[in-house]
Amino acid sequence: MEHTTSIDLEKRFEEKIARELKIEPKDWMPEEYRRMLIRQISQHAHSEVIGMLPEKNWLTRAPTLRRKMALLAKIQDEAGHGLYLYSAVETLGVSREQLYRDFLDGKAKYSNIFNYPALTWADIGVIGWLVDGAAIVNQVSLQRTSFGPYARAMVRICKEENFHQRQGYSICLTLARGSAEQRQMLQDAINRWWWPVLMMFGPPDAESKHSQKSMKWKIKRASNDTLRQKFIDQTVPQLEYLGMKAPDPHLKWNPERGHYDYGPIDWEEFWNVIRGKGPCNKERLRTKRVAYEEGQWVRDAAIAYAKEYN
Amino acid sequence: MKEWPLWEVFIRSKNGQYHKHVGSVHATDAQMAIEHARDTYTRRNEGVSIWVVPSKYITASDPEDEDMLFEPAKDKVYRHPTFYKLPDDVKNI
Ligand SMILES: [Fe+2]
Ligand SMILES: [Fe+2]
Repeated sequence: MEHTTSIDLEKRFEEKIARELKIEPKDWMPEEYRRMLIRQISQHAHSEVIGMLPEKNWLTRAPTLRRKMALLAKIQDEAGHGLYLYSAVETLGVSREQLYRDFLDGKAKYSNIFNYPALTWADIGVIGWLVDGAAIVNQVSLQRTSFGPYARAMVRICKEENFHQRQGYSICLTLARGSAEQRQMLQDAINRWWWPVLMMFGPPDAESKHSQKSMKWKIKRASNDTLRQKFIDQTVPQLEYLGMKAPDPHLKWNPERGHYDYGPIDWEEFWNVIRGKGPCNKERLRTKRVAYEEGQWVRDAAIAYAKEYN
Repeated sequence: MKEWPLWEVFIRSKNGQYHKHVGSVHATDAQMAIEHARDTYTRRNEGVSIWVVPSKYITASDPEDEDMLFEPAKDKVYRHPTFYKLPDDVKNI
């Protein structure tokens, strides 16, 4: 068989991308495409894993058994999402163990949003509604990402996320229909989460350094600002239904644009949290590290058992 | 064995369907792989049966050979029923 040159391979790759064909793990791909995928999918996986922490604090204090069962199931789903994503990233020839260690060593990023604390039960409602809601907008768009295993993981995840958002909104509804104190607690949680949630979509398009290449190779399918606007547009009516307000005096419907206008986002805060100065950065990683170390004997025992009895 | 080996997971969604690849898990043995696959991939009635196979035993065709392997099938149009033009008067065929 004749030898295929790297130029041919690159051309074939670009053609597939142009024709909306998926790239599969054993297909040839540019090294940079592979690196970008490894970074994005592993960060996504770490986010799912660390995302369990703000919510688990409230498991033992859920107000009813039904709420507790729902929250437990949601948190278990997030662990599952992490596993789908680690499974997807491993197809690119990296070790899950290594990626996870990098994460524990603080060498990998995860979503900023999980560095904020869940202070009251209302936070659990607002996390499900807004944080998972923002994640859904992002992940729905990623169902069309160009790398097959990532796209398939997104399809699976999106099927489960609606439950997360609805159980969250249902908590918010109960509080909104409750006492003045409960409504105040809900408003307070919305005030604290609103801006960090808008930051989840990442910096404005003009400043987003990875975005262009990522859009060109169809890893990302919509820009940060587009997704942010989409989220705001669909969320404001839900907010109004609760009889609550966003902590943004500039938020209002713009009939000319057919979108809601919103006020300036404090990107200084975003970069500070990324640099490790968020309220919970240290605690989150410490919790995962301790869990990993304390689980070492279980991993060792499983290997010892398998050697002995298989 | 320092790290738990990788297993590929196949799920039959319901009887009458083929098992279909869904992803992978890490496990020290087959029994654990089944248990992890169950927790990871079937939390909502996605399946009635699970197969797990150590990933190292999967042999895959090389994407480079795609043309060699599959291209010849494309010019064999006579393998398809529509290749045979029959008179409209002939029914049930
Ligand atoms: Fe998730
Ligand atoms: Fe979720």
